Formats: sequence, structure tokens, C-alpha cells
Amino acid sequence: MSLSEKLKNGKFAVTAEIGPAKGVDIHEFMENAELLKGRVAAVNCTDQQSAVMRLGSLAACYLLKKKGVEPVFQMTCRDRNRIALQSDLLSAYVMGIENVLCLTGDYVTLGDHPDAKPVFDLDSVSLLYAARQLEQGKDLASKELKGTPKFFLGACVTPGADPVEPQLIKMERKVRAGAQFFQTQAIYEPKTFEAFMKEAKKFGVPVLVGIVVLRSAAMAKFMNKNVAGVHVPDELIAEMDQAENKLQKGIEIAARLITEMKDMCQGTHIMAIGLESKVPAILDAARL
Amino acid sequence: MIISELKPFPEILGYLDGEKKVFLVGCKGCAEVCHTGDELQVLDMKQKLEQEGKTITGYCVVDFLCDKALVKTRLSPHEPEIDAADSLLVMTCGIGVQATAAVVNKLVHPAANTLNVGGVSGTWRGSERCRECGDCVLDLTGGICPLTACTKWLINGPCGGAKNGKCEVEPDVRDCGWHLIYERLKKLGQLDRMRTTMPIVKNYGKMQPPKHLRSTIMWALEQQETKV
Repeated sequence: MSLSEKLKNGKFAVTAEIGPAKGVDIHEFMENAELLKGRVAAVNCTDQQSAVMRLGSLAACYLLKKKGVEPVFQMTCRDRNRIALQSDLLSAYVMGIENVLCLTGDYVTLGDHPDAKPVFDLDSVSLLYAARQLEQGKDLASKELKGTPKFFLGACVTPGADPVEPQLIKMERKVRAGAQFFQTQAIYEPKTFEAFMKEAKKFGVPVLVGIVVLRSAAMAKFMNKNVAGVHVPDELIAEMDQAENKLQKGIEIAARLITEMKDMCQGTHIMAIGLESKVPAILDAARL
Repeated sequence: MIISELKPFPEILGYLDGEKKVFLVGCKGCAEVCHTGDELQVLDMKQKLEQEGKTITGYCVVDFLCDKALVKTRLSPHEPEIDAADSLLVMTCGIGVQATAAVVNKLVHPAANTLNVGGVSGTWRGSERCRECGDCVLDLTGGICPLTACTKWLINGPCGGAKNGKCEVEPDVRDCGWHLIYERLKKLGQLDRMRTTMPIVKNYGKMQPPKHLRSTIMWALEQQETKV
């Protein structure tokens, strides 16, 4: 069952992300894809994650597709103007890739090519709108297409943002622009997520709660300091700090968070960031 | 000098939809030279708006609107008229609109677009910079320009990268522009502007110097120089 069918039928959907390699050695990528096959509804391929240049998301999605794994094509607006973005949407469709996660993208100075010229011709909202236009048979210049694509359009939201209202406002704009599902930024506080979902459910669009697997107390502290809208509470940091087997503890916490939040939303999106091979263990522990 | 051009009247009327009382602001600087916001233009706008059933509570032509201290001084005698208005209509460049919005606790609408004149720009006033984009969106954003206030030039709302109201790119020195816009609109009870606007696909073609101005600006003069 495809991701869109799963969500339409009200089934709890699991997605996970894989970051394509920095280079052309795709062995690890393919191994991780193999491990995730059959365990998750779809796999996201990140698009130059954190503005770090690497193998492209579209090519990575195609590799997944060939392997029988349903991909979610992540697209950011940082590196391409509206011509390239629309063209890549068409390219994705002809390769059988229909799930697209429309993102604005991190700024270039956060990555490994800080001297690059940032594009941001479109943004997450106008990219969703562009994809919707293509589905109507027209591009952003109102020129007619020969054959029209069909997408399942996703977007991102940060439930832990403070204040959260601007995020909810932007979420509403994304829904109006065409977003059909949301994968959230990581959230470690079920109570905060519950409050967020209370507001977000009025949009009537499925939300997959984002889980970033913790590797150490230091990683949690780093995220608290540097990643917007992510807050790992002190109890979890202490738990990680005291654990002898950090890997096992990270898996346990991820599974626990999923269990605690699964009834509040329609699915979960696991961002393992280097621990992709542990995703099945997390799902086992969460009984998914 | 900064070149501005009045927006089409129906667009201005659209901004004032649902509002009855308006205070007009002009400028004796560039806007006077461009005939977008001199006294005659302001009086002309007053008449046109009155014909549309609006009440003009007052007007003020400031010298110069890009100077925030002056804006405050010049507007203060008009406080009762401004208080009586639903909003202010500012008939100048984007800097003037932003400078006005920063000192009054009212919704501010831009009456003009600021055009790119190919390298010729006025004296920027710190945070009230204008990118001369030729299609002013300050009406939607509480008088804070998202093209200059947001590092990514986002015009459809904030990204997820702000922490404690600061931009993730330069958190030590830069506020998140959309956080400022959110706070301003919230204060004005105008958050719906952020919520319900259709997706904006910016026309960056308008950022090029318009053809009809090319013959009058430095850009053209430089071309003549090379011919001599």
C-alpha cells in the first residue's frame, strides 16, 4: 500500500529518511534501503541536507524506486530557481516518483559551500503551489503542459517552535497551497506535541511526528543550542548521559516517544541521521 | 534618489477594503521629485479616496520620510488625526512606509512601488532597507519588508530556522524578519494577513530597472560615457 493510500485509509504510516552519500559510493545507501524495505511505507531522500553538497535527492529516489522502495523526494528551494524546480518535478513524475516533500531549505552558510549564491526564487509555499499548478496542466508562467503529472505533496512544520503560532499560520498557508501531509521537525516532548496537534488537526491533513534518534547527551545539548524548534528535556539528556549502552538507549527513547505520541497523529517520520540501520530495531521496540 | 511609482488605484483601494478612515503620508524628498507623494499628489489622492466614500482624517508631507526621528517629530502634531484613522496610506518608497510603520501603532499601507534604478539608491536607513523590488508587499507584512528583513527573502512566511526570535544564519546580530512581522501584525490584530494570503510567486523581473527609466538614470549616462 502506498504512503498516500495508507494515510487516506487512516492507517498509521511510518517513514524514514536516508541522506544520500557525499560521493558516488552508494553501497551503504542501498544496504540501508534494503533494511527499510517492507518495514516503512516510504523513505525520504534528503536534498543536500544542511546545505552540504552530496548526491542528489532525485537520483537517490530513483535508486529506491528501482529497488521497490517507495521514495519521498525532498526538494528545497535553496539551489534551484523556478525553472529547475518545475522541471525536476516533471522529471520525478516520469520516473514514477509522486511523493514530494516541499521545503525552503537551510541557508548556504550553514553548509560546506558557504560561498555559494543562495537562490530561494520560490519557497516551500510557492513550491507547493507550483506543483499544484503542474497538476492542473499549467506551469507557473501559465503555459500549458503536454501531459499532466500527479503528486502526493508533503511539507514540514516545527511543533516545538516557540512561539508556535507562526508555524501554525505557515502550516495553514501550506495546506491552502496544496500540502497533503506533514512530516514534522523532531519533537521530544509529547505534551508539547499534543498541544500542537490540538491546533493542527483542524487543517484535516495527516501529520507524521518527527523523531530524531539520540546518540549521546552531547548531541542532545548541541541540538538544544543550535537547532531551532528542537528541545530535548533535561530528563532525556540525563537518561542518555547515564546509559552505558548509548545506542540501545537512543533506540529505546525513540521507540518510547513514538509509542507515547502515536495516538495523537497519523504516522511517524524517523530521522536516524547515520543510524538508518537501527530503524528496524526502533520499529520493533515500538511494536510497529 | 529613490524612484517610486504609484500603484494602480484599484490595488490601493483593495488595501483599504473594509476601512473607512485613512490618514495620508507624503514626502518632500524623492517622492516629491517622482510625483508619487508630494503635496499635490497627496491632495489628489485625498480627493479620489473621498469620492470612494473614505474619510481622510488628515495628512502630512514629511521632509524626509526616510529619517525616523523626523517622521516622529512631524507626525506627532497629527496624533489625534492618526488616532482617528483606521490606517495610514504612505505615498513613498518602501523605506518611508517602513519608517512610518515603525513609529505609529496602526496598520500602514504602501501606495507606491519602489523601482530599481540600477545601482542608484538613496541613503538606506538601517533596518528599513528597501530592495526596490517594484512590487511592494508591505501591505501584507505590517510595514516590515520580508525581502530585506529575512535572510532568505521569504515572502510566504517564516522558515523553521528561527530560535528565540533570531535568524539561524546570524543569530548574534540578526532578528528573524518573520518573527518581527508576526509580532507587529499580532499587535495590530492583523494576523489574518499572514494566514490567508494566497501563495505569492514573486515577479523578480520587476527588479530590473524598468525600460522607461533607463534613459534617465546613471546606468544610461555610463553607457553614453563609453561612446564618447
